[in-house]
Amino acid sequence: MAAGIVVTKHTKDSLGEKEMTDQPLLQFKEDISIVLCGEAGQGIQTVEHMLTQTLKLSGYHVFSTEEYMSRIRGGRNSTLVRVSSNRVSAPVDRIDLLIPFSSGGVRHVQRKISSETILLGEKKIVENEYQGDKFIPVPFSEMASEVGGPIYTNAVAAALLAGLLGVDQEVFNRYLRHYFSGKNENTIQRNLEAAKRGYAVSEDLLKSGRLQIELKKRDEVKNEILIDGVEALAMGAIAGGCNFLSFYPMSPSTAVAVYLAQVSKEFGIIVEQAEDEISAINMAIGAWYAGARGLASTSGGGFALMVEGLSLAGMIESPLVIHIGQRPGPATGLPTRTEQGELLFALHSGHGEFPRILLAPGTIEDCFYLAQKAFDLADRYQVPVFILTDQYLLESHYNIPSIDPARIRIEKQFVETKKGYKRYQLTETGLSPRGIPGFGEGLVVIDSDEHDEEGHITEDLDLREKMVNKRLKKLDLIREEMVPPELIGPDHYKTLILGWGSTYHLIREAIGRLEMEDVAFLHFKQVYPLHPDTMGYLKKAKKTVIVENNGTAQFGQVLRRQTGFNVDREILKYNGLPFSVEELADLLKSAFH
Amino acid sequence: MDIKRYDMEDTDIAWCPGCGNFAILNALKQALSELEIQPERLVVVSGIGQAAKAPHYYRCHLFNGLHGRSLPVATAIKAVHPELTVIDESGDGCMYGEGGNHFIHTIRRNPDITNLVHNNMVYGLTKGQASPTSLPGFKTPVQREGVFHETFNPLALAVSLGASLVARAFAGDTRQTKEMIKKAISHKGYALVDILQPCVTYNKWNTYQWFKENTYEMDPSHDPYDRMEAFRRASEVGKLPLGVFYLNPKPTFEEKLSVYQESKEPLYQRSLDTQKLSAWIHSKRGL
Ligand SMILES: Cc1ncc(C[n+]2csc(CCOP(=O)(O)OP(=O)(O)O)c2C)c(N)n1
Repeated sequence: MAAGIVVTKHTKDSLGEKEMTDQPLLQFKEDISIVLCGEAGQGIQTVEHMLTQTLKLSGYHVFSTEEYMSRIRGGRNSTLVRVSSNRVSAPVDRIDLLIPFSSGGVRHVQRKISSETILLGEKKIVENEYQGDKFIPVPFSEMASEVGGPIYTNAVAAALLAGLLGVDQEVFNRYLRHYFSGKNENTIQRNLEAAKRGYAVSEDLLKSGRLQIELKKRDEVKNEILIDGVEALAMGAIAGGCNFLSFYPMSPSTAVAVYLAQVSKEFGIIVEQAEDEISAINMAIGAWYAGARGLASTSGGGFALMVEGLSLAGMIESPLVIHIGQRPGPATGLPTRTEQGELLFALHSGHGEFPRILLAPGTIEDCFYLAQKAFDLADRYQVPVFILTDQYLLESHYNIPSIDPARIRIEKQFVETKKGYKRYQLTETGLSPRGIPGFGEGLVVIDSDEHDEEGHITEDLDLREKMVNKRLKKLDLIREEMVPPELIGPDHYKTLILGWGSTYHLIREAIGRLEMEDVAFLHFKQVYPLHPDTMGYLKKAKKTVIVENNGTAQFGQVLRRQTGFNVDREILKYNGLPFSVEELADLLKSAFH
Repeated sequence: MDIKRYDMEDTDIAWCPGCGNFAILNALKQALSELEIQPERLVVVSGIGQAAKAPHYYRCHLFNGLHGRSLPVATAIKAVHPELTVIDESGDGCMYGEGGNHFIHTIRRNPDITNLVHNNMVYGLTKGQASPTSLPGFKTPVQREGVFHETFNPLALAVSLGASLVARAFAGDTRQTKEMIKKAISHKGYALVDILQPCVTYNKWNTYQWFKENTYEMDPSHDPYDRMEAFRRASEVGKLPLGVFYLNPKPTFEEKLSVYQESKEPLYQRSLDTQKLSAWIHSKRGL
């Protein structure tokens, strides 16, 4: 157990009667897991935001992620916040502190409540759903209404938790002012008042000695950046030169569009909500044709509508970046949940034969750098490039040291055309210089029909063959510049665990818990084409285990198709949730036997 | 400008002899040369169909995309590079059938593009099935008992959506067609010209003669700024009015885009402000 919790049997006293005990009721040492649960629309995200930001500013590593139902109000949602002295970037099942904001909340996370879980909250909310002896009543709504209404519950709760964890009240207040900077002074004052009350309760609790928290703060963390997958992906796209986004709303990809819209004016991006995904992808292609860098962002169902457009990009050799925020299918599936279910779809989508590139970020840093790289690759090779994320990755936040946008060089690849320019000039490599209309003297002609070098329709079947070769040849070029898989663990492994995309930190932490020698983890950030080193890694292993958030081990299938290699064991999860570290550690353990 | 500037060398035109498309091509080239639009500043976007092949037969930048999907492409090109003249040219099946949703929403968006629809009331390239504009009773190998769907009325729809310019021409009258095309290209905002076009192979009903007898030019007294009147004229059946039905000047899609508030530079000339990016990264430290 990561959190060293010491418990004494001393229970159910209300806050007022500060009884002193010899031993603390609870004592946390290096890693605390806090779960906030309630209904949609209650503002849990505000608590999460204020808390994680101020904890990070105080020198704690933080990680947070959400699971929620597909509805606007009500329902049961929960947010996990991990606070630690060491880097944390994956969800755990363990709950150290549970703060339910509405009835039904405790029941919602029942499965994860252990005898060591402490509950903080309203008596009337907790009473009927919790029979254990670790409940500390806090009259949140009373405190909030003293300040001005239930809306202030968020600030009370965030402040209370921040206080418990040793966030300096001055830092908290400063952040609160910053967070509400768009609001009027009255709102700010009331929130500050709410925070004061939250802090007072935390002081009482700490003074009573019943809660002891000894997390080590790290100075270097204070200056780190705290973002989620959505922000990282959106800003990575901008760093890659993206200046055009067309989309149709669909969870979980919508957040990327919303974020880009938010910064569109500052960064000079055209953001257009199209009438449907068919329009969206055609717009993105049109934007590339005229010299912009277009992104089409969607989820599986929306991408299904984009497939003909994808094939168009393949035929006309248009650069294109497609982001698929994966969620469970088929059809509408589970709109707000997570899955790695669209790998094979993205790989095989589109009629006809044409090269493509599939990237799958595993970390927040990857979201940024791979989004940036996607635009570069698309432009360089004039092919569609996919970025496969999922709800879990997009909506996970944690602190990272920083981001260096200069790491990937971005150059515009289009050329100034001359008279007689031929868009599809046959070349050694298959790549033809890409002109854009209005830049130079040439005419830029493209056609979704098979075309000649100029771009006009042709039914010359010899030329057809040449054009097919030209398009397919680009894959050889692409193979020269691929993102290598990352090996984590000893070089001389016996067991190799395989994963791709969003499971990166989960698998890492789960393996760390096994404390087994001879086990290494190979993570793929590019899932097609496969890096030439892949087979070497696979062959070295005595045993391979693949971990995927889907029902059919899709990446295992890609490995088999591409390398002929059969993975020994599959660990799959497809109930709409990501793995938890404990769950995965257990599954890995049994996979080794 | 010399009309020969638009001529292509040795093209193999895929249209049937006598096809109405030839007349439209001719009128369009005349309109372009009279408006002095250089081929190098002109982008034509088209879909798939016999009509959609038209831009292969004159000099221009050409994006011959997917069936029904030309309007989103044209919109994006104009948005990214507003200095270019953008024409979207395709058939009635392409624009009103497969692309119907884009037709509606492009009108709402109002990009400054010209939308020329070669309306032959039939699917030509796929050999003679009914189109949304086929008249009731029109028999085809598929619609064996004759079409019994309500006829799609692009003009009434466009007026109802507040389109910026709505016009109809008849390919058999080159002068009138050319005038309508010129008006549409010169107009700021989305401009629809539905061009009645005989299909000599698959539409033996709506022939040159039929169109001649069943169309008439609107009297100059028609007030194109009167929306109700425009709608009434656009809804006429029997003899079909020709001319500009409706004018609704308003800001264009591109004009409204925030990227052009401070600078008119097309996007391809711009580059990323890396300082802003660094500032963003810095801001994510919290305070
Ligand atoms: C997605 C898709 N569906 C169907 C087709 C086949 N198709 C090609 S052209 C066409 C209709 C042609 O009619 P129209 O647009 O009126 O043009 P015309 O040939 O009459 O000029 C169809 C259905 C296609 N190319 N793509």
